Amino acid sequence: MLALLVAQNIAFYIIAALMVFGALRVVTCKNLMHAALWLVLVLAGVAAQYILLAAEFVAITQVLVYLGAIIVLFLFGIMLTRTKTGTDDNLNNSAGARRMAALIGVLLAGVMGYSLWDGFGKREFGELTVQRTAEVSDSIFSTYLLPFEVISILLLAALIGAIVLARRD
Amino acid sequence: MLVNQFLFLGAILFCIGVYGVLARRNAVLVLMSIELILNSVNINLVAFGAMWHVTDPSNLSGQVFALFVIAIAAAEVGVGLAIVLLIHRNRQSIDINDVDLMKG
Repeated sequence: MLALLVAQNIAFYIIAALMVFGALRVVTCKNLMHAALWLVLVLAGVAAQYILLAAEFVAITQVLVYLGAIIVLFLFGIMLTRTKTGTDDNLNNSAGARRMAALIGVLLAGVMGYSLWDGFGKREFGELTVQRTAEVSDSIFSTYLLPFEVISILLLAALIGAIVLARRD
Repeated sequence: MLVNQFLFLGAILFCIGVYGVLARRNAVLVLMSIELILNSVNINLVAFGAMWHVTDPSNLSGQVFALFVIAIAAAEVGVGLAIVLLIHRNRQSIDINDVDLMKG
């Protein structure tokens, strides 16, 4: 049991380090296409963290929806809006604005880090049991049935809206 | 594993996403940073869901909410990229500093 816990911790820290590095590359990279590919690393890392949290169904959905669909949408968006290939120097705001943004990010991290440490401290998960897909579907189709239907309508509206917006007429 | 490991990871990714939204001027990159933010929130939701699942096995709200957020993120990216394409078609540029028609 202890060995498993150590293995989980090592996996967590390796994946987390990769994710943070990938996220930093997404927001600093000079090449649009590379930024999208670094985003793939971050999203795959998120799926791996879900598996560490024993949330199988969300992990699979993450891979299907994000890695499968959203990344392809982003690549389409990059290719359709790019004027020339290669690096582009007007991807970023001015240096002053970027310094301000970094300051805001660091301040936000400080405040959130303090409050998380204050609120949860060294609280452990305990025995994580697999959260089965059948239980997730039971929950969606009983307690959360109304929000589920609303989400369906929202997706339909977004689909029609995207078609109307992007259509040439 | 500590609950805080996952919460701190979510917080760090959120801050990186906020930096990306503020520091980038390419609309597609801003959308990617928004995806980072939504994913960090999802990590938090699933971590809290796992935390409550240990004490109350019938409670799966965290995962259900994460699934809802994923669905909304998909809708948001679809509409967002359609808007970006439209801006590109009308202005031949997706620099969000140029989209200032409503600025007073």
